[in-house]
Amino acid sequence: MALTLSGPSSVQGQQHIITVLVENHPGVLARVSGLFARRGYNIESLTVSITENPDVSRMTIVVGGDELVLEQITKQLNKLIEVMRVVDYTEFAAVERELALIKVNAEPRDRAEIMQIVEVFRARIIDMGERAFIIEVTGGTDKIDKIRDLLAPHGIREMVRTGVIAMARGSRTA
Amino acid sequence: MSLSGAQVMLECLRREGVAHVFGYPGGSVLPIYDALYDCHDIMHVLVRHEQGAAHMADGYARATGKVGVCLATSGPGATNLVTGIANAYMDSIPMVAITGQVRTTAIGKDAFQEADITGITIPVTKHNFLVKDAADLPRTFAEAFHVARTGRPGPVLVDMPLDVSQQRIEWSGDQYPQKVDMPSYRPTTRGHEVQIKRAAAAIAQAARPVLYVGGGAISSGAQAEVTELAERTNILVTTTLLGKGAISEAHPLCMGMLGMHGTAYANHAVHNCDLLIAIGARFDDRVTGKVDRFAPGARVIHIDIDPAEIGKVRQPEIPIVGDVKTVLQVLLKHVEPRPAGEWNEQIEEWRQRFPLVYPRDGGLYTEAIIEHIGEATEWKAVMATDVGQHQMWAAQYFRTRAPRQWITSGGLGTMGYGLPAAIGAQFARPDERVVCLSGDGSFQMCTQELMTASIYGLPLIVCISNNRSLGMVRQWQEMFYHERYSHVDLEQSPDFVKLAEAYNCIGYRVTTLEEFRAAFSAALEQTNRPVVIDCSVTGAENVFPMIPSGQTVNEMRMHTRLEELRSAPNADPEGWSYDEEDQKLSQIVDAGHGGARKEN
Ligand SMILES: Cc1cc2nc3c(=O)[nH]c(=O)nc-3n(C[C@H](O)[C@H](O)[C@H](O)COP(=O)(O)OP(=O)(O)OC[C@H]3O[C@@H](n4cnc5c(N)ncnc54)[C@H](O)[C@@H]3O)c2cc1C
Ligand SMILES: Cc1ncc(C[n+]2csc(CCOP(=O)(O)OP(=O)(O)O)c2C)c(N)n1
Repeated sequence: MALTLSGPSSVQGQQHIITVLVENHPGVLARVSGLFARRGYNIESLTVSITENPDVSRMTIVVGGDELVLEQITKQLNKLIEVMRVVDYTEFAAVERELALIKVNAEPRDRAEIMQIVEVFRARIIDMGERAFIIEVTGGTDKIDKIRDLLAPHGIREMVRTGVIAMARGSRTA
Repeated sequence: MSLSGAQVMLECLRREGVAHVFGYPGGSVLPIYDALYDCHDIMHVLVRHEQGAAHMADGYARATGKVGVCLATSGPGATNLVTGIANAYMDSIPMVAITGQVRTTAIGKDAFQEADITGITIPVTKHNFLVKDAADLPRTFAEAFHVARTGRPGPVLVDMPLDVSQQRIEWSGDQYPQKVDMPSYRPTTRGHEVQIKRAAAAIAQAARPVLYVGGGAISSGAQAEVTELAERTNILVTTTLLGKGAISEAHPLCMGMLGMHGTAYANHAVHNCDLLIAIGARFDDRVTGKVDRFAPGARVIHIDIDPAEIGKVRQPEIPIVGDVKTVLQVLLKHVEPRPAGEWNEQIEEWRQRFPLVYPRDGGLYTEAIIEHIGEATEWKAVMATDVGQHQMWAAQYFRTRAPRQWITSGGLGTMGYGLPAAIGAQFARPDERVVCLSGDGSFQMCTQELMTASIYGLPLIVCISNNRSLGMVRQWQEMFYHERYSHVDLEQSPDFVKLAEAYNCIGYRVTTLEEFRAAFSAALEQTNRPVVIDCSVTGAENVFPMIPSGQTVNEMRMHTRLEELRSAPNADPEGWSYDEEDQKLSQIVDAGHGGARKEN
């Protein structure tokens, strides 16, 4: 299961990537997302998936706000009984990735240019229709924003992004 | 032995020592009511509206420190509990609410009387459970009670589908967990020693310290420690609305309540202090007014069991996460005696200059009623209030001597709370005098519970401060909306005496203080019948002092006749004394009930 809620993209203050390990119970997503809505925290993206441990799910949440807001978010999340751990990845080295599928207009005269962009970004064309390509790209949010911007002049018909997932570098775990 | 899920549930309640359940039957809880039919050790109290059940469980919890339990059927029964659950949540009151639910197979199909009560109550419960298999009941109830009573207490809801209540499982008696271990829920109770030492040093350095004590001190059962700390250091104490009783209000070091309708001297003291020691209090906006002008020059020590409260409103210099009683016990090891000084004199000067006043002209003022209730019961009555002006006057004039003697809805401010909460308290403490002070507006929100009180023969005394209006709202319209009195007139109310009689209670109507005194002493004679005293008080009075919402001490409005009334005789009536009995009283309550949450 991977779920993305996409919130407003204008986030005040710094962006933080937090990872929330939760007990894998039904309804836990509602508790977490409801908390954000109720307390007025800004979610940029939220993804949930299973982990190496079947009893534990992992949420990665990109959230905006200053240090004080983030501290409240962390503390309020920790108060939810099913939340086991909250880690803020802004603090230390982590890899962050997002995957996007972008369906872009691909008229014959534009194809070469599009393929070049795809090449440069180490993206892939995973579907080639008569008038449109589906491009798959993974990377940090910046990279995806960038390829989106470059493809935009060709006309993006549809875009879907998984939202960010993150993992600490080295042997450290959440 | 094979038992139904409903019977297992009762076994669970037994293990938790539950003596009373406040509830109302319906389709999805029929198996539970069938099990209750044979149950003689847990008393089920049949209410008249589920909101009443939740408030009773809440009042019961506040009066004892034990977890209050209420029970309702699915759908409308469950949704009727919500106000009461939210009320308990806002004030951190331990409660377990049990609701029926449609069969597991029908959930999500808009079945008859289906309501997603776990979904609805996520924002107003500490946690909730939907039980899908009767075999999970023992663990679920053990966790529900554990979560409700430990850490920062709060309501927990357990939703029981009909088929789970019917399901038969093998019960040996030892399925109930001896100990609850929830890896993702481990409240911190012992404060950080280093921070506690820093707190002691800050206290030693402070020239103008104030103790600001809240509901956390009550839930922690820490009256003895709070009093000891105040006495040893001669630091004056102010309490929040929910902290009343954390130190006897007859104690010379107690300044009464602070905040919007707090005493002027408490507010001046907090505004001018250089060290604010917040103990189990959460910097509510009714207390702080404009946050950045609240205790502007103070260093802050904040003791709270909930880490999220620390820095939520005000960033403390010395945060201490832990249980009030436990932390204060350690703190007291490090705190040196400190003589009373100029600061105490300054506060005393404020106390003389800005006393609480009302016209003691023999008129029937709510303040006079409250003082009489106190005096006539030697300040021993358990006082439950409703919400509004009468509540604020009670906060000012009812000098709470012991913890758990004062029962009021603070955070949600729920009109209709008073009567059912008083009923819950009376079940919890049958040998004590419970008085409910209500308003003519609030009383009409849960009046039906008079029937509950009368059927169970509770000697409750309900005093209605009848000002023929929604006084608190009227006050705001007078002060902030140019006297445009919009829909606050209650001139048309039922005859409360007849209403009382219709519920088989005794009813009196009084129009003078003398009549009130007579009626109240007659009421005190009652041992098994509720009495309602409809007090036709002087209308259109306002509660002072008042710091208008979001403002500061500088904008505090004093009683318009302060100068004249301050010099009136009796400004400090008899009965305002702190004696050994006060200390004994509080210790009994602490040992008997308040300690209930300490076992974790
Ligand atoms: C009409 C009206 C007017 C009001 N006016 C005022 C007013 O003038 N003044 C006023 O004070 N209030 C007033 N209130 C009440 C106000 O809204 C708040 O409910 C109240 O101030 C909160 O009290 P508290 O800070 O003690 O917190 P509570 O709500 O009692 O919270 C308790 C705090 O203690 C913590 N805690 C709990 N258990 C423990 C433990 N064992 N150890 C450590 N910490 C613990 C909790 O985490 C929480 O932070 C008014 C309410 C109404 C309805
Ligand atoms: C359930 C609910 N509805 C509305 C309010 C808003 N409110 C706060 S005080 C008040 C008036 C209370 O009137 P009454 O009970 O007569 O008490 P008084 O202020 O006159 O003493 C109202 C309507 C509330 N607190 N609770």
